[in-house]
Amino acid sequence: MSKKILLEHIGVPGIETLAVYREKGGYSSVEKALKTMTPDAIVEEVKKSGLRGRGGAGFPTGMKWSFLAKPEGVARYLVCNADESEPGTFKDRYLMEKIPHALIEGMITSSFALGANTSYIYVRGEYFYIIKILEKAIADAYAAGWLGKNILGTGYDLDLYVQAGAGAYICGEETALLESLEGKRGNPRIKPPFPAIAGLYGCPTVVNNVETIAAVVPIVNNGGDWYAGIGIGRSTGTKLISASGHINKPGVYEIEMGITVEDFIYSDEYCGGIKNGKKLKAVVAGGSSVPILPAEMILTTANGEKRLMSYESLADGGFASGTMLGSGGFIVMDETTSIVQNLHTFARFYHHESCGQCSPCREGTGWMEKILHKILDGHGTLEDVDLLWEIQRKIEGNTICPLGDAAAWPVASAIRHFRHEFEDYVKNAAAIKNVKHYHNMHNLATA
Amino acid sequence: MAKVTIDGQTIEVADGTTILQAARMIGPEVAPPTMCYYSKLKTSGGYCRTCLVEVSKGSEKDPRPMPKLVASCRTTIMDGMEVKNMTSDKVIDARKGVVEFLLLNHPLDCPVCDQAGECQLQDLGYEHGSAKTRTDFKRRTFDKIDIGNKIQLHMTRCILCYRCVKTAEQITDGRVHGVLNRGDASEISTYIEQAIDNDFSGNVIDVCPVGALTDKTFRFKSRVWFTKPVDAHRDCDKCSGKTVVWYKGEDVLRVTGRKDQWGEVEEFICNTCRFDKKKTSDWTIEGPRAISHQSVISANHYTKMVKPRELTLNNIKTIALTEGENK
Amino acid sequence: MSEIKFNDETLALVQSIIKRYPEGKQKSALLPLLHLAQAEFDGWLSAPVMDYVASLLNIKPIEVYEVASFYSMYNLNPVGKCLLEVCRTSSCWLRGANEIVAHIENKLGIKDGETTSDGKFTLKTVECLGSCGTAPMLQIGADFHENLTFEKVDALINDWSNKTEHSKYLDNSTFRKN
Ligand SMILES: Cc1cc2nc3c(=O)[nH]c(=O)nc-3n(C[C@H](O)[C@H](O)[C@H](O)COP(=O)(O)O)c2cc1C
Ligand code: SF4
Ligand code: SF4
Ligand code: FES
Ligand code: FES
Repeated sequence: MSKKILLEHIGVPGIETLAVYREKGGYSSVEKALKTMTPDAIVEEVKKSGLRGRGGAGFPTGMKWSFLAKPEGVARYLVCNADESEPGTFKDRYLMEKIPHALIEGMITSSFALGANTSYIYVRGEYFYIIKILEKAIADAYAAGWLGKNILGTGYDLDLYVQAGAGAYICGEETALLESLEGKRGNPRIKPPFPAIAGLYGCPTVVNNVETIAAVVPIVNNGGDWYAGIGIGRSTGTKLISASGHINKPGVYEIEMGITVEDFIYSDEYCGGIKNGKKLKAVVAGGSSVPILPAEMILTTANGEKRLMSYESLADGGFASGTMLGSGGFIVMDETTSIVQNLHTFARFYHHESCGQCSPCREGTGWMEKILHKILDGHGTLEDVDLLWEIQRKIEGNTICPLGDAAAWPVASAIRHFRHEFEDYVKNAAAIKNVKHYHNMHNLATA
Repeated sequence: MAKVTIDGQTIEVADGTTILQAARMIGPEVAPPTMCYYSKLKTSGGYCRTCLVEVSKGSEKDPRPMPKLVASCRTTIMDGMEVKNMTSDKVIDARKGVVEFLLLNHPLDCPVCDQAGECQLQDLGYEHGSAKTRTDFKRRTFDKIDIGNKIQLHMTRCILCYRCVKTAEQITDGRVHGVLNRGDASEISTYIEQAIDNDFSGNVIDVCPVGALTDKTFRFKSRVWFTKPVDAHRDCDKCSGKTVVWYKGEDVLRVTGRKDQWGEVEEFICNTCRFDKKKTSDWTIEGPRAISHQSVISANHYTKMVKPRELTLNNIKTIALTEGENK
Repeated sequence: MSEIKFNDETLALVQSIIKRYPEGKQKSALLPLLHLAQAEFDGWLSAPVMDYVASLLNIKPIEVYEVASFYSMYNLNPVGKCLLEVCRTSSCWLRGANEIVAHIENKLGIKDGETTSDGKFTLKTVECLGSCGTAPMLQIGADFHENLTFEKVDALINDWSNKTEHSKYLDNSTFRKN
């Protein structure tokens, strides 16, 4: 059954406006928080809710909040991560476009909980039309007294600003984001210190994803226990999934954690099955960075159970047979898809997006892309496949930030589960010099 | 104070010391190689990943091992920490990878490079790399450019250690060069042609671990192992005036800062000392420069060095340049 | 070339943007200012334009060059009036992005990264723009064009053939005056 919390009012005409949003109960979490709760009590509710970061890493939000340093006389910041650049992910955009006040309300309530008086929403620059929507919504919220000085007469002040990025996936990494917000290159910082101790302008800072912040609203309204009752195990609540690829109904779906993957792909409520009646071949379940799984492994865990849409179930089996929920970017591939070609688009992406600070990622991402290109061009050898494996292995775990791992995992998983396809390209080298011919031969989509 | 054990050797160090600093205190046999860290530059290190080590025990309080290898130059020790450098297969394996990455786009023309013999990458490749290269792709190349009339930049050789950028930021009063672009298209540049011109700008040459930034006033192109370095000083109103003066026969080829056993200058020197004082009469010679044993320079060092003539004439200071003194 | 200076309205906006950050942290305004500069000065950032931005924020020119060259949305060379940015990452590729790119290349007679000789169009392939569910897609200025077909692409090119304005990511009302 579909469970809508964040998207409850998505169909309501005018829900993007303050007036309609308010009519539907909007901003009640701000009233409740500022007038009846202490900041610590809010943090406590978020802890109880079991909410985990929706940006990809899944770190418990309440715990993150409780790590925030609170030295006397030093400003604290809440920064919302709306950089959303992980291939396959477009849920934050959807939420900000359709219900911008949900994010703004979440920012106010969360900022109050953290004791921040200035907060920023960092939006990827390519989303300028969203920035325009947010700026308008923020102006309306100021005009209505939800932002600014002495909000609701409680003495709490909050300024909220939107910051535009300028095209760099790496700025989704939280410390690169803070660098970028300080007007610098988006180079991830070397940790420690973590942002909770020294973040924006060297001050204690919390960085949270758009969806995480928006989820704070219903948690404050209905209580942490209520939220914890939704979902399954340690995957509490609902999750926005961005579904794309070879499915009948691409789009953003809010699911209750714990529905089966099979249901998500095939039921009409969600993806509506594979396009053109084709067979499912593989899925990248949580954005480009997570391991790709072949159909049988994404639908069923190693011990024969149906795989569920939850942090735990998707990760079941480790990297040998599992993957990760990640950002919820669910990319579906039908039987005609060339895994090697798809991997090439990912490898090109990470090569393009590496900030270049540390040598394994700077050099390794370009190297992997070149080798994949060589294989696709019909010049690859079996040693090249082994070399690819070696390179990803030498990048993983040895870099400053997780982009190195994110570049390594897709390569590792494609080789792990689809090695025969790489070998096919190598063995049919002559044929692929005419790629169309090769693809016809293997019944693959030409692209 | 905190106790840390590195490759089985234990040392007590002040709180806040990094693993790398502690290892250097124990000695070169346990000290990880470094390409980007520079103790005299704040926030240096962390980029190249050659100094990765394994922390097999986090601390006395929390003995769990760290899940990943860590950059020893940026990781602070905890009391009771146990670290493996050369005794860890994981470290040796990862370091091999790092060397391969660093050399991936680096030209293999050491024989014609000015830095040959005092290149930290060459040493690193020799000690930690594997012999054969596994890439047949074209390497990244750039034209040599002059940044001012004293310094030449050959970006092709750069390993993006950021040392020169931090040097310009921290010890000169007007940084005009930096890192442009991103990923493997990153380059050290001034963007629009501009001279790096500042009293201390020449230090970028000394901090560069490879032959990317070189001294244009280096008068005779010469293999560094044919040159004879001596410690020298002069009264200088800008810097300490303590330098190494490099001779070929009786000619002063170049002047640099004094490098310690880790390849770092002891003190930064000014451009006047570096670029404008190319006569022996400018200098008070202290004696031959002690060069570390691994260095290629010591392979042909100055055991037979003769006292430069001008020095004798000026009779500034008697120095012993006898055989075998330069240990 | 005329003097490089923002118009008065933009200058007022610049001041309001700088106020979004704490005292002394005006460098934070660099990314938004570069966007404003690109929009106002012909769609790209020349060295004099970047120097001008540096002077507005009281920072060194190299700090601006470093940043401008890091981010993919800043053009450090002139681009056509209409900058077509076509996504070709996985989800778009799965739904025919390569064919869209090829179609544009054929139609305009240019390759990826090139500008038509009349200076009207520049084609740039880009990485995922967060429109994977409506793939294939391309961006012109702030506008996303989604679920592309050859016909839609033709219509867009037709439209833009007659425009004299540069495609822009932002206009006068994008940023709120605080
Ligand atoms: C390369 C990279 C890209 C990332 N991109 C994003 C992103 O676009 N949006 C996001 O919310 N988190 C992203 N993250 C995760 C953030 O670093 C951070 O964990 C997150 O914003 C924390 O918020 P959360 O706890 O609410 O998830 C990225 C991480 C990495 C390493
Ligand atoms: S892993 Fe890649 S993106 Fe992250 S800091 Fe290193 S080079 Fe930059
Ligand atoms: S030029 Fe030399 S010092 Fe500067 S970043 Fe490159 S290698 Fe390092
Ligand atoms: S020396 Fe430590 S990472 Fe380079
Ligand atoms: S893959 Fe093209 S918009 Fe995401």
